[in-house]
Amino acid sequence: MSLNRETTASLIVMAALLSTVLWAEATGEPFTITLATRAAIFALAGIGLNLALGMGGMVSLGHAVFFGIGGYAMGILASHAQTFTPLTTWPILIEGTNAMPVIWLVAVISSALAALAIGALTLRTSGVYFIMITLAFGQMFYYFMTGWPAYGGEDGLSIYVRNGFPGLNTLDPIQFFAICFAFLACALWLYIRVDASPFGLTLSAARQNEARLRAVGIDPFRIRLVAFTLSGAVTGLAGALFADLNRFVSPAMFSWQTSGEIVIFVILGGVGRPIGPVVGAGLYVLLEHTLGDVSDYWQIVLGAILLAIVLFARGGLTGLVLGRPLPHG
Amino acid sequence: MGDATPILEARGLSKRFGAIPASRAVTLDLRAGEIHALIGPNGAGKSTLIKLIAGDLTPDEGSVYLGGLDVTALGTAARAREGLGRTFQISSLIPEASVLQNATLGALGRLGQPYRFFSRALRDRALRRTAEAALATVGLEELHQTRSAELSHGQRRQLEIGVALTLAPKVFLMDEPMAGLSAEGARQLTGILSDLRRTAPILLVEHDMDVVFALADRISVLVAGEIIATGPPDAIRADPAVRSAYLGEATP
Ligand SMILES: Nc1ncnc2c1ncn2[C@@H]1O[C@H](COP(=O)(O)OP(=O)(O)O)[C@@H](O)[C@H]1O
Ligand SMILES: [Mg+2]
Repeated sequence: MSLNRETTASLIVMAALLSTVLWAEATGEPFTITLATRAAIFALAGIGLNLALGMGGMVSLGHAVFFGIGGYAMGILASHAQTFTPLTTWPILIEGTNAMPVIWLVAVISSALAALAIGALTLRTSGVYFIMITLAFGQMFYYFMTGWPAYGGEDGLSIYVRNGFPGLNTLDPIQFFAICFAFLACALWLYIRVDASPFGLTLSAARQNEARLRAVGIDPFRIRLVAFTLSGAVTGLAGALFADLNRFVSPAMFSWQTSGEIVIFVILGGVGRPIGPVVGAGLYVLLEHTLGDVSDYWQIVLGAILLAIVLFARGGLTGLVLGRPLPHG
Repeated sequence: MGDATPILEARGLSKRFGAIPASRAVTLDLRAGEIHALIGPNGAGKSTLIKLIAGDLTPDEGSVYLGGLDVTALGTAARAREGLGRTFQISSLIPEASVLQNATLGALGRLGQPYRFFSRALRDRALRRTAEAALATVGLEELHQTRSAELSHGQRRQLEIGVALTLAPKVFLMDEPMAGLSAEGARQLTGILSDLRRTAPILLVEHDMDVVFALADRISVLVAGEIIATGPPDAIRADPAVRSAYLGEATP
């Protein structure tokens, strides 16, 4: 297999992220590892969105829904485990759990189902209507979670122990990072494979020319719906990891700011570029950390960078380095 | 030429846009092995008829039969799967995709395989064979890797036909495939279409009368949404109604 530019760039960026963490571990800088973990989780959420936004042209301003559902999948299951109360007793007994694999599975399935339902309702619209409707769904979930007292309402839920993974000490920063990094690598691999697959070709055709897709006998709506569902599932998984990183969930995960941040990761790094969200999330966390310490107004700098990229570098940072994507996948 | 079994039939298709009757009880058919040309002045309703047959528009009245099957209730994608291979009046391709990817997309539609997530679209033997054969037929085998947005106007028209070919359709619907081509380009495409009728019959909307009379086995003349004459080229040329309504203006 010969490596194309996008794959090579992906390997380099991933290697850089990993080296940073190994260096931090060697020099005893656990906080750097936590930052890198945060970046990896954001990147995972961004890769999820990039499936919809980059490949499929679906500008979703509601991906916080999936991020939040993933987060609350963790919060709800773990909070029941820490109070030793079952979620339900009827018709079947469902207990809480501290097992990460179960939490991830629940996060992925529930966010995929939410994406399927939201996609089915919204994907007949396009352009600004689609943006507004996805935004509205995000707000619906946000206010619902705020007003639902069972799981902390607007205060959110604190989880006092980190959930467990067989064979790992998940409280050790580098071990938790390893989990997140492994998921990120899998998602990146998935993105690159899908990009070159029949589905990827069809999805990018749905983005560029619906009439053409119909003329070859393919319904663009169903293609988009499948992509949106996959996208929601990946972002949902990121939400569960984010909740575990903070050992805390709150309705803020559902907020439009969260949706906006996920979009920013993708735009900063490069819409539709496999490694784009990783670069974007990395830069975001770096700015947030370095400038956020200096001033509460660090987002002004972020805004200026974002503006510059939208105006002068449509391909994001990846596009600046690699140029336009090549047509042959 | 060809036998008399209609593969495609439009029966009494009517469509109004507000006060404008763009199609008025249009009945026509397409038989194996033929090129059936549809001519008529600008605004006569030719594109509307193609869209009614392709499924982009729903008729107010009438029905469309493809291979004996009533497809009137089907949408565009379903009709394409039933065997309608269509080219657009204004080229409609995937601009960022290469020529080969555009043709592969057609093959994907034809083989009903868009939901494959891990194999490589361009490495799949069956897809590749279908796409390459179609591109060779329309003379684009040298340009596989070119982004379709970078093709010349004429090459884009060739690719449109190439993509339709990958569908192995029962019939071709072509809306002005020669529009905007150079004389040389039109001559080349005329040769391609002439051979193509043996693959599947063609309903051809065309402006250029030289092309129409060189290619068509039958001609239907559409004026103000209505078919005023159908027949072989010689009969159409001689038809007084056609001469006064249409040919008289086009060929003084
Ligand atoms: N979508 C539409 N809405 C309203 N009027 C239309 C529409 N499409 C076509 N028409 C009108 O219907 C008539 C036939 O148009 P068309 O089928 O494009 O003609 P042709 O292809 O023969 O030039 C014209 O008067 C045109 O203005
Ligand atoms: Mg027309």
